[in-house]
Amino acid sequence: MVPFAGYAMPVQFRGVMPEHLHVRERAGLFDVSHMGQVVVRGEGAATALERLLPVSVEGIAEGRQRYALLTLPDGGVADDLMVANRGDHMLLVVNGAMKHADMDILRADLPEHEVTLLEDRALLALQGPEAEDALAALVPDVRAMRFMDVATHRWQDADLWISRSGYTGEDGFEISVPLAHAEPLARALLAHDAVEPIGLGARDSLRLEAGMPLYGQDLTPEITPVEAGLGWALQKVRRRGGAREGGFPGADRILAELENGPARTRVGLRPEGRAPMRQGTMLYADPEAAEPVGTVTSGGFGPTVGAPVAMGYVPAGTTGTLWGDVRGKRLPVAVADLPFHQPRYKR
Amino acid sequence: MKYTEEHEWLDSDGAVVTVGITEHAATQLGDVVFIELPEVGREVKKGEEIVVIESVKAASDIQSPLDGEIVEVNEALADNPGLVNEDAEAAWFFRMTSPTAEDEMGAMMDEDAYKEFVED
Repeated sequence: MVPFAGYAMPVQFRGVMPEHLHVRERAGLFDVSHMGQVVVRGEGAATALERLLPVSVEGIAEGRQRYALLTLPDGGVADDLMVANRGDHMLLVVNGAMKHADMDILRADLPEHEVTLLEDRALLALQGPEAEDALAALVPDVRAMRFMDVATHRWQDADLWISRSGYTGEDGFEISVPLAHAEPLARALLAHDAVEPIGLGARDSLRLEAGMPLYGQDLTPEITPVEAGLGWALQKVRRRGGAREGGFPGADRILAELENGPARTRVGLRPEGRAPMRQGTMLYADPEAAEPVGTVTSGGFGPTVGAPVAMGYVPAGTTGTLWGDVRGKRLPVAVADLPFHQPRYKR
Repeated sequence: MKYTEEHEWLDSDGAVVTVGITEHAATQLGDVVFIELPEVGREVKKGEEIVVIESVKAASDIQSPLDGEIVEVNEALADNPGLVNEDAEAAWFFRMTSPTAEDEMGAMMDEDAYKEFVED
């Protein structure tokens, strides 16, 4: 167990490698209750959230969710999150380490709305090709949900707020559950033959293979969404010439970068040898270069890929081979497309 | 067989000392995916970091347990680092000569003492 964002979190149960492979082959259960669940309630909540998020919040139909970013005035990223339209309120799921900072921003900028950080609900993630079967054994209606759907389903006497989404590149669900029902639900899911508990270690290697950024490493206040390769998350309606263009923090820089391209971009990296290139590895254009051109922001071993994988920032347009400084040695690393593992969502 | 507090095992034939990590250490590390071994002929000091082990979780170092010289390394580990997880007592890392081996190893833990050390 390790401390993280004020919670004691398990790094591994059976081992990072077997847990990772189990999620890709069958199904894994993650306790992600450290993440912040924030309800925004009140007339025009979606419209108001567009003052903070560069995505089309108004365009999220009831029963759907969308990936979004909380941006800063200089274009950097304060957090990344999911925003769902749950009918009479919007639900934001934010990073555990950022939830209190996010609340300060939300409360300050949405004074006319009720913004509540939920303290009475846990969050479980069930991920993997057999996640649907395992959850449907308890809640049959989830079979009808598609990727990025959100719905409330009853289990025993509890309302589960379920989304069909996750952070592994696999099909699966995130389940918001009242605290009193969290342990019974976790035990009921773990009782299914396909489901094993999964720790933070495999959560990190799974999302790395899926090419998903981790806030605090691959996304920071110094990195814009466009640099991070997340331009796809900004719908046309919020871009230049769109009906609800701009109007979010950092819009000038972010919209200019969308049109003209950023100076640096997040790329996949495939070390050519066996040595993993971890966070902080400096990248050079050639084995003798004095000045680095980029940095690894996440890196490790990809159990499904069967080789080391990493992601990092390099000057836009960089292709071919770079050299990573690993313990004083320059080792070759190929610039690669993300993701390393193609997602298998149920669309 | 003798053991260090750094979870290495040492096996001496009188002239050459063979060094590896214990099963306990291998279990703690998790699945080993990369091992960087020292060069044969390298003069090393006790406590010097001479092997890098990367598991899925993290990178760790192994220190030389003695002053001396590396005389052989287990190249099989470079190709198949998972051997450490399969049988840590068989998957030796390097062999070294050391003028102080006999004295120093005499003061190291034996198997029973190491078992107690790990349990504490």
